[in-house]
Amino acid sequence: MKYQTQRVAYPFFVMAMVLFAAQVIFGVMAGLVYVIPEFLSEAMPFHIMRMSHTNLLIVWLLIGFFGATYYLLPEETENEIHSPTLAYIQLGIFVFAGAAALIGYQFGIHEGRHYLEQPVWVKVLLTISFLMFLYNASFTVLKGRKTAISLVLLLGLWLAAIFWLFAFYTPANMSLDKMYWWYIVHIWVEGVWELIMASLLGFLLIKMTGVDREVIEKWLYVIVGLALFTGLLGTGHHYYWIGTPGYWQPIGGFFSALEVLPFFAMVVFAFYMFWRGQRNHPNRAAILWTLGCAVMAFFGAGVWGFMHTLSFINYYTHGTQITAAHGHLAFFGAYVMLNLAIISYAMPHLRGQQPYNQVLNMWSFWIMTSAMAFMTFALTFAGVVQTHLQRVMGMNFMEVQEHLHLFYVFRLGSGIVVAIGVILFLYAIFGPSRSQASASAAHAPASP
Amino acid sequence: MTTAVQRLRTLPEAAYETGEFVMMEGLSRTAARNIFFGGSLFFFVIFVALTAHSHWYIVTQSTDHAGLNDSVKHGKAVWEEHSCINCHTLLGEGAYFAPELGNVWIRYGGLESPEGARAGIKTWMQIQPTGVPGRRQMPNFNLTDAELDALVDFFEWMSRINTQGWPPNVAG
Ligand code: HEM
Ligand SMILES: [Fe+2]
Repeated sequence: MKYQTQRVAYPFFVMAMVLFAAQVIFGVMAGLVYVIPEFLSEAMPFHIMRMSHTNLLIVWLLIGFFGATYYLLPEETENEIHSPTLAYIQLGIFVFAGAAALIGYQFGIHEGRHYLEQPVWVKVLLTISFLMFLYNASFTVLKGRKTAISLVLLLGLWLAAIFWLFAFYTPANMSLDKMYWWYIVHIWVEGVWELIMASLLGFLLIKMTGVDREVIEKWLYVIVGLALFTGLLGTGHHYYWIGTPGYWQPIGGFFSALEVLPFFAMVVFAFYMFWRGQRNHPNRAAILWTLGCAVMAFFGAGVWGFMHTLSFINYYTHGTQITAAHGHLAFFGAYVMLNLAIISYAMPHLRGQQPYNQVLNMWSFWIMTSAMAFMTFALTFAGVVQTHLQRVMGMNFMEVQEHLHLFYVFRLGSGIVVAIGVILFLYAIFGPSRSQASASAAHAPASP
Repeated sequence: MTTAVQRLRTLPEAAYETGEFVMMEGLSRTAARNIFFGGSLFFFVIFVALTAHSHWYIVTQSTDHAGLNDSVKHGKAVWEEHSCINCHTLLGEGAYFAPELGNVWIRYGGLESPEGARAGIKTWMQIQPTGVPGRRQMPNFNLTDAELDALVDFFEWMSRINTQGWPPNVAG
């Protein structure tokens, strides 16, 4: 760790991982309800589990991004974080707000739009904390060296905060409500978060492959350009059936189909840089998560997204288990794995050690990733059957669900395996370091 | 230890444009950046223009904006207060645990018999949870009669949105 204030990232990573564990627990519980419907049906009905599951995901991903930013900015800007104290306060507010929302949910205190269930005062606290973060990060960048990585990262975070403000706008007309709801949900994950993703991947690749910054940053601009050129109008793939005009069918279909490109470019980017660069970085687990993130994001977001994005297909698959399959693999591949990559990379530095517990960490990678893939397959098959029975044959929803039981058993099973993978990961990262990479294998300078 | 980063700062800029890089040789970093900013702005403006038009289309064409009376608004508030969306879908969005409700008014025969549909939906809400073993349970939200009526008005209003023909059939 070259800069003292990079330490700020540590509590962010700890909190992110605590909430990650909680997210997966709620996920397994919700998966269990699909198999045993009576499970907690009085004490904690399904809707409470689901909002807990999704909110924890979003809150911890953001905390992870904050931590990653604080870790990366000193190295990129070559100066210390503007105010570590502000960072800790900001984290405190964010965690408090997230926890308050979560606890409130258990008592039925929530709002009514999915992913945005936080009561208004919680939303205000989250906004304040986010703005404190942006202030802190922006001043750190202003004071120091300005690299493309930090600029794109900051831009992504600023835009995420700006679009988040639509969470405060709830028009009485449900069609309008839905249209602006996607300004947050879609523009985040298929727009501005991709800026965060690409810049963090760029940082990891510079650090771990030794490839020149000039090349990496040129790629970075190309990727984020592709992301926004396609992702903004790609929002139209959510505007097919909610009362919005018919022209969104060709426009949304065309541009969202092209949304595969930035994800494909990230795969090529990651592997090309890895291939070009030094292949002797000692943190093999972090490299695995980095490359794995690009690949799984491509499948989850790119391939599974493309599968149902054209209007004439989406007409049949809209709001079925196909959507659930895609949502799970996309979030996992793109944003969960991204955070786990950064954490795997940064933690040895934060703990002042050589990369440790690599084998265990890599086991957790394979277990978590293959279980998520299996879950996605199970939900995809469920979705195909559902689409056929319900949308083509017109069979009643609840009757269709009975035919999907086996798939839900598989989904629950894979969810449990994911949870095991998470435990292994947490132990590898936070547990005692049993085996360290030898210092001599440390990253050698790139040969000219 | 010299890292690539440090080397970058010691080598002249031209060294990076000498064809050492197999891909995207013709494109400089500055050009890539300018294309990114310019193009993003371009697409952002189009996107905002189209959603502005869509906003206009929603309030004038596809929904009964004038018919958005207090009861429908109240119904939407009840819908949100209990976060029905975290089990059901509404126009295909939400959770996938319970049936689509954007067309529940139609499914209950609201087009043929509005009174029957209203009574049917209200009764359904009141008899929850069914307690049928092995069947997904819906909580009883203990809604007042006024809330139930408002909710039904909201469903009726939803069912009249021009959804470009979705869902494919009444099963939702
Ligand atoms: C990392 C990026 C992505 C994430 C995290 C993500 C996540 C999600 C989630 C959670 C939903 C469900 C939203 C809801 O609750 O209604 C969804 C829906 C959808 N996504 Fe993505 N997505 C990503 C990228 C993509 C891409 C690149 C495409 C297209 C190529 C795509 C196509 C779709 C479509 C068409 C739907 C609507 C499904 C329906 O009609 O029910 N997604 N996405
Ligand atoms: Fe989308």
